[in-house]
Parts: sequence; C-alpha cells; structure tokens
Amino acid sequence: MPIGVDEWVAQHADRAEVGGGWRGTVGRLAGRVGWWPRWGLAVLAGLFFGQLALNVNIQTTAVNCLIYAILAVGLNIAVGWTGLLDLGYVAFFGFGAYGYALFSSTALGSGGAGGAHLPAIETFAIVVLATGIFGALIGLMALRVSGDYLAIVTLFVGQAFFEVVNNVDPGTLGGVNGLFGLDPVHWLGGQITTPNGYYYLALVVCAGLVGLLHFLDNSRTGRGWRSVREDELAAEAMTVSTGIVKVMAISFGAMVAAFAGVIFAAQQDTVFPTNFTANILILIYACLVLGGAGSLAGAVLGGILVTAGEQLVSSPTDAGYLFYGLILLGLLLKLRPWRVLAGVLVGTAVFGVALHAIVGAISSSATAGSPGSAGWIGSLVSHWVIVPANATTFGNVLYILTIVLVFVFVRASERWRPFVLVPTIWVAACCWESRLVVNPAITAQILIGAILIATMTIRPQGLLGTMRVEVV
Amino acid sequence: MHEFIQTIINGLETGFLYALIALGYSMVYGVLKLLNFAHGDVYMVGAYIGYYVLQAFGGPTALSIPVPLLVFLMFVAAALGCGLLGVGIERFAYRPLRDAPRIAPLITALGVSFILENSVLLLFGGFTKSYSTNSFINVDTGGINIGSINIDPVQITIFVGSILMMYGLMQIVDRTTLGKSMRAVASDREAAEMLGINVDRIISYTFFIGSAMAGVAGVMSGLAFNQISATVGFLAGLKAFTAAVVGGIGSIPGAMIGGLFIGLCEAFAATYVSTKFSDLIVFGILIVVMLARPTGLFAQPALQKV
Repeated sequence: MPIGVDEWVAQHADRAEVGGGWRGTVGRLAGRVGWWPRWGLAVLAGLFFGQLALNVNIQTTAVNCLIYAILAVGLNIAVGWTGLLDLGYVAFFGFGAYGYALFSSTALGSGGAGGAHLPAIETFAIVVLATGIFGALIGLMALRVSGDYLAIVTLFVGQAFFEVVNNVDPGTLGGVNGLFGLDPVHWLGGQITTPNGYYYLALVVCAGLVGLLHFLDNSRTGRGWRSVREDELAAEAMTVSTGIVKVMAISFGAMVAAFAGVIFAAQQDTVFPTNFTANILILIYACLVLGGAGSLAGAVLGGILVTAGEQLVSSPTDAGYLFYGLILLGLLLKLRPWRVLAGVLVGTAVFGVALHAIVGAISSSATAGSPGSAGWIGSLVSHWVIVPANATTFGNVLYILTIVLVFVFVRASERWRPFVLVPTIWVAACCWESRLVVNPAITAQILIGAILIATMTIRPQGLLGTMRVEVV
Repeated sequence: MHEFIQTIINGLETGFLYALIALGYSMVYGVLKLLNFAHGDVYMVGAYIGYYVLQAFGGPTALSIPVPLLVFLMFVAAALGCGLLGVGIERFAYRPLRDAPRIAPLITALGVSFILENSVLLLFGGFTKSYSTNSFINVDTGGINIGSINIDPVQITIFVGSILMMYGLMQIVDRTTLGKSMRAVASDREAAEMLGINVDRIISYTFFIGSAMAGVAGVMSGLAFNQISATVGFLAGLKAFTAAVVGGIGSIPGAMIGGLFIGLCEAFAATYVSTKFSDLIVFGILIVVMLARPTGLFAQPALQKV
C-alpha cells in the first residue's frame, strides 16, 4: 500500500483501466493471479526460451536483455521507489564489471601472467560487496544534496568513473584498451562457456534478485523508501530515518548493478571504458521509464523490450518489423472509430503509391534508389516510399520534415489529426527507408531518446507502472 | 610567470564560454525549476550553425565578405537558430509536463539532449568539423601583445562579446517589463499568472534568450578551439550548470563568476597537472563544491517551504 497517497484517488487509474469489455475481463482475471505465481510463470517462460536452441546471436541478445533487465531493476530501487535521481548508476555497473575483470584476468599479476583468477562464487561475493560499499559512499552524498543537485553530483561521479578507467593506465586498469582475456565464470571445476549458459546464469540471478526485492519492497525498508519518495519531511516526522534509508537505496541498487556488471564482463570476456558512458546510462533509464518506474515487472519488461528493440534496429531485415509493427500497433490501439482507422490505413497506402507514381513519372532518378529495409518488407514498400538514387540529403531533409510533422500532429485538433497522420507516417517511412535504416547505431539512440520523451508525455507511469497521484 | 598568465587568459576564455551557457541554465532553472540537460546540446548546435554560415560565405580560405561582418553574421544566425530551437524544445517537450512530478521533465530533458546529439550526428556526420580559424583570423600574432603574452583577436571577441551580452542581459532583467515579469514568474509562477502575466510567453522568452546566448557561445567555441563535434555539448552543459550552481542559481553575476572559476580550474589543471586528468580534477572540485555549498558560494541557504 503506497504511503502518502489517498487510496481511493490512487486507485482511480486502476478502476478506469479495468473497465468493461473483453479487455476488462482479461484485466480482472489477470489481477486475480498473485504475485508469486506470476513470478513463477515468468521464470518458466524464461527457462523454456533457453531450451529453444536458437542461434548464437539470439542467445547473446537474450543475455543482454536480461543484463539490462537486472540493471533496470537495480535502478528502480533508487529512482522508482525512493525517488532519488541517481545519474551515476552506470558507474556501479562499470565498477562491478571492472571488479570481475580484475579478479579474473592477469590484470593483478605482472607481465601478462599470474593474476587472481578467483572462482566465480568468491568473485561474485567480493565484487558485489565492494560495489555495495562504493554505492553507500555515493549514497552519503544524498545526505548533503537532494533533488536536481543530487542528480548532477551523481552524474559527475559517473563521468569521473569513466575518466578514471579511461585514463588511469598503470597496467592494471588497461586504459582505453580495456581489460581482455577474462576467465569465464568458473566454480568447482565447471565453467560456463556458451551464451546459453550465461543466459541461464543471468536468468537465475535476475529471478532471484526480483524475488528478494519483492520481499524488500514489502518490508519496513521498502515502505521507508516510498515514504521518502512521497514526502521526505513527513517521513522524517514519522520517525523514518531518511538518511539511512536513502543510503541503503543507492547501495542496494549498486549491488544489483554489480551482478549485471559481473555477468556482462564474463560473457563479453572483455571490458572497455566505453561500455560505461552516459549513453549506457540513458539506455538503462529508457528501460526503466518505458517499463514503469516503481514496478519490478515493469523494469524487467522494459529491459527486455529496449534491448531487443535495439538489436532489431541493427539488422536491416528485422528493423522493418519493429518500425512498421510499432506504427501499426499504435494505430490499432489508438485510432477509433474503426472507419477512421481504415481511412488512415488506406489513405496512407494510396497517398504513397500515388506520390511514388507521380514523382516517378516526372523524374525517374528521383525514385531510383532502393529502400533500406531488406527482405519482403523492403520489396513491399519499394513502390510506396520515395527513395532517390543518392538518398543522404533527401533523407536529412525528410528527417527534419518528420519532426516538424510530428509537432504539427501533436498540436493539431482532434478533428484534423487523421489528415495530418497520413503524410506524417508516409514521410517518416521514406525517411526511415532512405536514411535511418542505414545508420542503425544512431537510429537506435534517437529512438531511445524518443522513448524517454514519449513515455513521459503520453504515459508517465510506463507500461506496467501504476499512476501516482500527488496529494497536496 | 609567462606560462601562469597565459594559463589565466586561456582559463578566462573557456570560463566566459561556460558563463554564457550557465546564464541560460540559470535563467531556465530560475523560472521553471528545471535542469535543462538539453541546453549543452543547444550550444553544440550553435557551433554547427556558425560553421555552416562560414561555409555559406565561401569557407575559411575564400571568404566573400569582411571578417568582422562574417563573425557578426555567425553570431546572429546562431543566436536566432538556437533561440528558436530552445523555444521549440520548451513548447513540445517541457510544456506538457509543467505540472508533472519533478522527475518527469528531468528525464525528458535527458531524452531531448540525446535526440539533439544524435540528430546532429545523423545530419552532419560523426567527424569533427574544423572552423580553420587561423586561415581568416590571425590568431598567432594578431590582437594584443605584451611581451611574450598574446591575447589573440578571438579571445578579445570572446571577452568583449560575453561581457556586453551579460551587461545587456542584466539590463533586460533589471530594467525592462520583460525582466520584471521573468523575476515575478521565477519567484512565484501562480501569483504571477494571477497578476495577469502571460507565464507561457515569459517562459518562451526565457528559453529564447538563454538558448540564443548558448548559440553565440557555441560559435565562439568553434572560433576559439577550431574543432566542433556533436558530442561536446553534454559535458560542456554539465560544467556550465555547475558554474551556475557555484555562483548561485538565478544570479547573473554569479553565473559569470562560477563560469570563470570552472574555466580557470580547468586551465590550471591542464597546464600544471595533466591534460589527461583535467576533466577528472574539475569533476572532483565540482563534487566537493556542490557537497560543501549546495546553494552556491554566494547565495544564502534557502529554507524548505512546506
């Protein structure tokens, strides 16, 4: 039960969401399943996924998904539950990864030989504890500064961590080149070498941590965290020791991040400073915000969705599924009544084909390029989008045009929106085919930024979070 | 001694740039209580606008107009472009979240910053671009020479330009109706609205002025350091925000002093300790300052209102 929130008001969104119709029925049935059965089902689904014997790329992506799920779960403690904007979180991830790297390579030896090479269980224990202490030290800052000031100080800590591992190079931390040749996770004579093995390791760690944190969430400490988030002054008046509670939040989050760091380092078998930049921090935030800050299931879901989406974007055959799939899904969910939906779909198709034909008749070179998407999507849209032979400048112009059209769409009145939507979708698709698909790395980053903005504007509680009502 | 004075001059050069960015941060923070992470990227966009103005007039080696006019045009174009960009960002990203919990606009600001940075990467490519300042401005022997100490024309432009802009801003804030409305919105938005001040418009003006100054700072940085890239904005913005905090949020002379303080720290760390660790040292100093005096070196500690 959230503290500092009027119960009836706080549940308003739930009541509104679980309404009539088949969606209401499904929602009510799902609401009847308890937390632990749901947890068990998710773990079973994860185990089943591991048994599918998919190819190595998918398995590696799955490990990354789980790593980011763990990271988002850890970030959720400070950001979602305690309301502390911790922008140095990526340093804990890096601390864990570098910790594992130091104890599992020749880094602590001399001349490229020797080194610690500790068994997995010892490394895990040492690294997680060390990161917890590091986190507690950073957490002490939360006693001095709060709000935006805490955000900026922790951001400096994150940047400082990057500067340290990037520039200090006494042969131990590796500098720009990072540390490489790390041992796989090994314990009692066995070792994990396959991506699938790391998948199961990450799954066990993730499931275990989520279970533990669920207990913690319902404990006195968890209530303390939420009380600090809702109203620190009131919490203090109610004898919550806000200082200890805040330090604990950041420290526990750091420990969770350390687990992710260890798995990340072991699976990748190298660590580089660039693995722990502000970009990664924003990626983790996107995971948490999309899934829903304050919800464990949301954090896990967000981590999986964002990482899988990022992977999809980087492949020209699969990127189309993501882009057109999301557009279709959005239209299907949001456009009502059905005749408007049908009108927009047909209108968009006709609009594109007609423009393609007209432009092609005027100048054949203007439609000479081929869409960036490969596979059947590419051939399907090739008569719908316009891609000139040299598409770079054209794509750049369309990119700006897309942004302008999205702004116009946002500002347009309800009545005009369907009419603006048609050219917006088509221009976005042309831009996607001519410019964005060919630059998957940048595209992924832009999409991550868009996720942050769109989630905060449209659905601030994320996919699975619950709406918070501020009681003044 | 010569090295010491030259370091001070270089430190003032970066310091004034930080101060100009810090002013925008400080104004926006004062009016909206929003940490606008995208502000640093607006500064970066300003540098790019300046670069393309330079290219439009024939490029650094074959200029078609006199240099002072060119520099003036670069400043104006960057100020207008960035000002409009700032207004647009506020209109579409921050205004819908005006009454949301504090954390929502912060995360949005991170997203805007990320999108701006990567859009510039997409549109203009990942390579650093060079202003090649020394092909149209004599930076080695021009300007003021006292003994072996040289203050080059770009540095003079930065010093004079920044001081003029800050003076102008102080006049606006202190003397005009617009400035009065800004101060009113900053001190109590609801009360200002009740007194008939168009709060949305004042906030737009604030974003315009702040972003325009960041844009000019971007052009200055391009002239001074030659290299511009899409990734410089975030870090510069961070340091500038800290400059604003060090000087006390909302205070114009404070932002200037904070910016100069950070610029000098950075220059001395780079000269006397190590270029590699100058950023790390600056971060260290900033963390200590923020922890020791979160309300700034000069501001009075604010009491929490319940």
